[in-house]
Amino acid sequence: MSVAPAPRSAKKKSARPGGTLYRGNSGMWSWVLHRITGVAIFFFLLVHILDTALIRVSPEAYNAVIGTYKNPIMGLGEVGLVGAIIFHALNGLRIILIDFWGKGVKYQRLMFWIVLGVWVVLMAGFVPRHLINVFSEVGN
Amino acid sequence: MSTIDAPRSSPTPARRNGVNWEKWGWIYMRASGVVLVVLIFGHLFINLMTGDGVKAIDFAFVAGKYATPFWQVWDLLMLWLALIHGANGMRTLVNDYATSPRLGKVLKGAIFASAAILIILGTLVIFTFDPCPAVPADQFHLLPSFCPPQ
Repeated sequence: MSVAPAPRSAKKKSARPGGTLYRGNSGMWSWVLHRITGVAIFFFLLVHILDTALIRVSPEAYNAVIGTYKNPIMGLGEVGLVGAIIFHALNGLRIILIDFWGKGVKYQRLMFWIVLGVWVVLMAGFVPRHLINVFSEVGN
Repeated sequence: MSTIDAPRSSPTPARRNGVNWEKWGWIYMRASGVVLVVLIFGHLFINLMTGDGVKAIDFAFVAGKYATPFWQVWDLLMLWLALIHGANGMRTLVNDYATSPRLGKVLKGAIFASAAILIILGTLVIFTFDPCPAVPADQFHLLPSFCPPQ
């Protein structure tokens, strides 16, 4: 079935080229963020598996390496990591809905804002609790 | 009237026989992605939100988890699904951005090797791990509390 494109005003036309949801605005920026967060998570994963593998070496070796992570700088890095993971997860679900749900393309822009909204809610639940744990370590 | 290729058509025609690996890769990203959302959100919640969070993570904590088959299977699934998902995603980026076929081959070889090595390493660790290893007396306090005295 072919759908005739809705007539656009001149202003709208210059703002968003037609033809693909990946060109311009939220469709494009969600794609850019998905790639950047994906690469960041991949490189973290490589390091995370190596450090966890130290449990097979000795309790002392694992605790020594994990101990170097327990400082405020790494604590803030963990906020960034969890933020990247939550975005990548939620936007991934949005991509699946675009691909498999009949109305996914129609609502892709709305779903992008829902992704950001749920991201804010989940981060609001995570960040205070995590930072209390991280910074209560400082005094010890 | 002359005909031109459809926009975004592949420079080489798609293979018509054999397994369509690109299609299965595409399906894998979505199938593994849904499972990984559950596994990783659960992983983050248990490790960072419960108890004292990241502060409480040490050998005894991890050993306590891996003493149960439930967390062994959970982490094994995460290991395999996430590394293959990540490696395939990185392959996509190399396909898009590598400036020469040679560079692309080298990068994809490195991605494949790192994923394969870490999958094997992680799997061995999960299945050969002893939560109560023999340690010098001064390190006994690092073991989980359920370990018998040595």
